[in-house]
Amino acid sequence: MTDHPIGDTSVPAPVFGYLHSTESGAGVDGPGMRFVFFTSGCQFRCLYCHNPDTWNRNHGRKVTLDEALAEVAPYAKFLKIAGGVTVSGGEPLMQPEFVGALLSQLKQRHNLHTALDTQGFLHQNISDEWLDAVDLVMLDIKHSSPERYLALTGQALQPTLDFARRLARLGKKIWIRYVLVPGLSDDDSDIERLAEFVASLGPVVERVEILPFHQMGADKWKQLGLDYTLSQTPVPDAGQVERAQQFFAAKGLLVT
Amino acid sequence: MEALTRSAVAADPWHGFATGDWQASVDVRGFIQLNYTPYLGDASFLASATERTKRLWDSLGELLLEERARGVLDVASDRASSITAHDAGYIDQHNEVIVGLQTDAPLKRAIMPNGGLRMVESGLAAYGFKLDPMVKEIWSKYRKDHNQGVFDVYTPEILAARKSAVITGLPDAYGRGRIIGDYRRVALYGTDFLRSDRQKQFHALDSAVFTEEILRLREELSEQFRALDELREMAAKYGFDISRPAANAREAVQWTYFAYLAAVKEQNGAAMSLGRISTFLDIYIQRDLDAGILSEAEAQEMIDDVVIKLRIVRFLRTPEYDQLFSGDPTWVTESIGGMGEDGRTLVSKSSFRFLNTLYNLGPAPEPNLTVLWSTELPRGFKDFCAKVSIDTSAIQFENDDLMRPHWGDDYGIACCVSAMRIGKQMQFFGARANLAKALLYAINGGVDEKSGVQVAKGFDPIKGEILDYDEVMAHFDKMMDWLAATYVKALNCIHFMHDKYAYERIEMALHDRDILRTMACGIAGLSVAADSLSAIKFAKVHVIRNEAGLAVDFKIDGEYPAYGNNDDRADSIAVWLTTTFMDKIKAQPAFYRNATPTQSVLTITSNVVYGKKTGNTPDGRRAGAPFAPGANPMNGRDVKGFVAAGASVAKLPYESALDGISWTASATPDSLGHTAEERITNLANCLDGFAAANGFHVNVNVFKRETLLDAMDHPELYPQLTIRVSGYAVNFVKLTREQQLDVINRTFHATM
Repeated sequence: MTDHPIGDTSVPAPVFGYLHSTESGAGVDGPGMRFVFFTSGCQFRCLYCHNPDTWNRNHGRKVTLDEALAEVAPYAKFLKIAGGVTVSGGEPLMQPEFVGALLSQLKQRHNLHTALDTQGFLHQNISDEWLDAVDLVMLDIKHSSPERYLALTGQALQPTLDFARRLARLGKKIWIRYVLVPGLSDDDSDIERLAEFVASLGPVVERVEILPFHQMGADKWKQLGLDYTLSQTPVPDAGQVERAQQFFAAKGLLVT
Repeated sequence: MEALTRSAVAADPWHGFATGDWQASVDVRGFIQLNYTPYLGDASFLASATERTKRLWDSLGELLLEERARGVLDVASDRASSITAHDAGYIDQHNEVIVGLQTDAPLKRAIMPNGGLRMVESGLAAYGFKLDPMVKEIWSKYRKDHNQGVFDVYTPEILAARKSAVITGLPDAYGRGRIIGDYRRVALYGTDFLRSDRQKQFHALDSAVFTEEILRLREELSEQFRALDELREMAAKYGFDISRPAANAREAVQWTYFAYLAAVKEQNGAAMSLGRISTFLDIYIQRDLDAGILSEAEAQEMIDDVVIKLRIVRFLRTPEYDQLFSGDPTWVTESIGGMGEDGRTLVSKSSFRFLNTLYNLGPAPEPNLTVLWSTELPRGFKDFCAKVSIDTSAIQFENDDLMRPHWGDDYGIACCVSAMRIGKQMQFFGARANLAKALLYAINGGVDEKSGVQVAKGFDPIKGEILDYDEVMAHFDKMMDWLAATYVKALNCIHFMHDKYAYERIEMALHDRDILRTMACGIAGLSVAADSLSAIKFAKVHVIRNEAGLAVDFKIDGEYPAYGNNDDRADSIAVWLTTTFMDKIKAQPAFYRNATPTQSVLTITSNVVYGKKTGNTPDGRRAGAPFAPGANPMNGRDVKGFVAAGASVAKLPYESALDGISWTASATPDSLGHTAEERITNLANCLDGFAAANGFHVNVNVFKRETLLDAMDHPELYPQLTIRVSGYAVNFVKLTREQQLDVINRTFHATM
C-alpha cells in the first residue's frame, strides 16, 4: 500500500474506491454536521447490521479519488463551519489506499475535520502516518466477550482491542460506539468489562455512544434475500439505554 | 433618590439618553445607535411568566377555542373600522400591563370596507354575520373602494390571467399590506413632535410646482397629519396622553403598541408587520432597570403582554382567503438580532425576551419572530435561537450578512422575507406569477391546459411529439415576456387604486416623507418549472395531447437531475429562471410611482392552491398536486439531504430576488444530534454554514413525523403545535387536511 502523509504535495496517482452512498448532512456521525462517505465492502456479518447492502464491495459504485473529492467540494465552506467529513461504511479499512488518500486530500485541499468510523479489525493495513489525516476515530466495539463477539460478527475481537490501544498510544481522539441489542449485548457484566477497558485507554476517549438497536435495517435483509435473525428482537427502552450508559459514566467517561 | 429619578424622567422623557441629532429631527436609528446596550451573554437572566401573565393568557384560552370551532368569534359589523371607530377594549382591564384591542372586545373582528366591500360581505356571510345596511349603502352608493377601482381599469387579458391563476394572489380585493410603519417613532417622540414634523414637510412643498405628484403627496401628508391626531385620540380612550414621548419602559412598549394598533384598526393588509422594536425598547427597559424601578420579571411581563396582544390581532377574511394562506395569518413579523454597521451586535437582552415569550406563553405562529442571522452574532444568542427553534419550530432565520449591505442595519422584514428600511421604504406587494403554468402556456400557445381558454393571445403551440429543449426555451422566453408585461400592468392598476381608495394613513405617517418604493413581484412554481426544463433537456419528454390538440400530459423516458441536490445541471436552470424573469420584469416600461422592481421566490402555503390550478407538468408532477413552497425543491426529489437542498437554494442570487428567497426545511430531532446540547450546537453551526454560503432564508421545523400524524387525528391535543411553512408559522391544527398532508409529505430529512 501507499502512504499519503500530510504535506505530500505531489499529485496522487489515480486511486479508485467503492462507495455505497454519500450523505450531505448527518448530525449523528461525528461532531457537528457531517458529509458522510459510506464505503462498500465489509468482512463482518453482524447479526444486527442495518446496512447489509454495504457488505459486498462490488455492489457499490466505483469512483476515482477526484470524483469522490468533487462530491465534498461544494460543501467544503459549510462543513468547515458546521462539522466535517466522516468516512463510514461498510468497513473503510477494506480500502486503505483509497480512504487514506481521500482523508489526506480532504485535509490538504479543504482543511476539514475528518472522522473514521470503523470496527478496527483491519488496522494492521494502515500505518501510523496514515492516521495523521484522521482527527477522530469512531471505533465500534461490538462486544467485550471474544466468544460472543465472534458469534455476533463472525470475526475475532482482539484486533479491535489492539487498535484501540494503538490509538491511545498515538494520542488519537476516540469515540467508542456500542450497539445495545437486547439479548445480544445487554448483559451487565459484558458492558461493565467494556467500560473498564475503555476507561483504561485514558483521556483519548472523548465520548462513548450507546446506540440503541433498531429494526430499520430489517427490510434491507429481506430485499437482499438474507436471513435476518433479529426480527423478534425488541428495541431497548430508554431505561435499558440509561442502564448501559451508567456503566460508562461510573468510570468517569462522557457517554451519550 | 428613586423619587428624584422618577420626577426627572417625567419632566424630561429623554433623561439619561445620549444626546444627538435624533433629538432635532426624526432619527430612530440614530437614537438606537447612541443608546443601546449590546448583549453578549446567554439566556440565563430570563424570567418566567408571572402568575398574572399566565392567568391573562389562560383567560383567552377559552375564547380561542371557541373561535377555532366557529371560524370567527364575533364581528363589529355595525361600523367601518378606523383608528377611532371603536371604544377601548380589554381582555381583563385590571390585569393588563399593556392595553389596547382592535375593537371593544378581544377576538371581535373589525370590518374595513375601503379595501373592498365585497370581501367584507362574503367574509361576514361565510361566518353567519350581517353587514349593517348603512355601511353597505355608504360603500355602494357614496364611497368607492379599492376593489372596484382596480376592476374599473383592468384589461380583459389581466382578467383572464387572474382567472386562470397564471397570475395569482393579487391584492386587488383586500389591503395590500407589507408596509411597516416606524411605530417606535411614537414612543420616542410622541405625536406632537411627529405632527409638527409632518406640517413642516407639508409646507416645504408650498412653493413647489403643483404637478399631480406633488398634489398627491400634499393630500397624503394632510391625511397623515390627521391620522396622528386620531392616534392620540385613540390612546386617550385608554387613558394615555401620547402627545409627549414615552417616559419609561412601560410607556415605551405601550406607545409603540398603540401606534401599531392604529395601523391594524385602519388596514386589513395581507401582512401587517411590526418592524424591529426589541432592541429599541431595550433602551427604555435598561434605563429603568438601571434606575432600580423595574425588575427583570416586570420587564418580561411587558413583553409577554404585548406579545399576547399581537397574538390576537384578527382580520375578517373569507374562507377562500384563509385556504390560500393557510389558517388566519396576519404576519405580525418582528425582526430580531442582526449586526450593526459598526460591527457591534444589535442583539440586546430584549431580543432574548421576545424569543422567551415562546416559552412563557407557549409556541404560536404570531408574532412572526424572525431572527436576522449573522455568522458574527454572539454565541449565546445563536445557541438560544437554535434552542428555541428546536423546541418550538416557531421562528425563522434570515441572512443579515446578505441584507445589511443592501438595507443598512435598521431594516425589518415585512411579511415573510421582504426586507425594508424601517420608516424609509415601503413596497407595493405583488403576489406572484406562476412560472410552471407559464411553461405549459409556452407549450400550448397560450391556451390554458385546464379550461381550454386562450389566455395569452398571439402564440403558436409546440407541435412535436417529443419536447425539444431549444424549441421549448424559445417559446417559454416569449411567454415570460407576455407574463411579465401583463403582470406589471396589473400591479400598476392595483397600487394606483390602493393609494387612491385605501391609503395607509397612519403607517405612512410613520415614514419619512420621501421614501423608496419597491414593486415586489414574485414567482411561484420555480422547482416545477426548473425540473420540467431539466426533464426536457436531460431525458426524453413525450407529449400526450387531448382531442383538441392540447398538451395535457407528459411521459418521461429516462432520468433527469432534479433541482435541490446541489447538481448544477438542474440548479443552473432554477438560477436562470430567477434571473431571466427578473430581467423581464425590469424591462417593463412603467412602474407606478417610479417603484423599483424586485422579486421574491416565496409562496407561503399557497403552493397547494397554485398546484391545484395547474395541470400535469413535464417533470412528472400530476395535475393538481401541490407545488413545493417558495424556493424549495419539489417534495421528495431532494434526495441528498438537508445540506444539499440548502446548497441548491443558496445558488439563487439574492440580487435577482431582493424581495426574498424562502426555504423551508424539516428535520427529525434525532438527525440533529444525540443530545439536546448537540442539537443546539449543530443547528447553530448549520445556520452559520448556510449563511456563509449566501443562503437567504430558512424555516426550521424540528419534529417527528409521528407527532404530526397524531395531531391530524387529535387536533384537540395540539392547540399550539406550530410549524413553519415558507416564511411563516402556522397552527398545524388550523390547516386543511390537504395542507396537513402536504406538510407531512414534504421531505422529512431523516438525515440533515
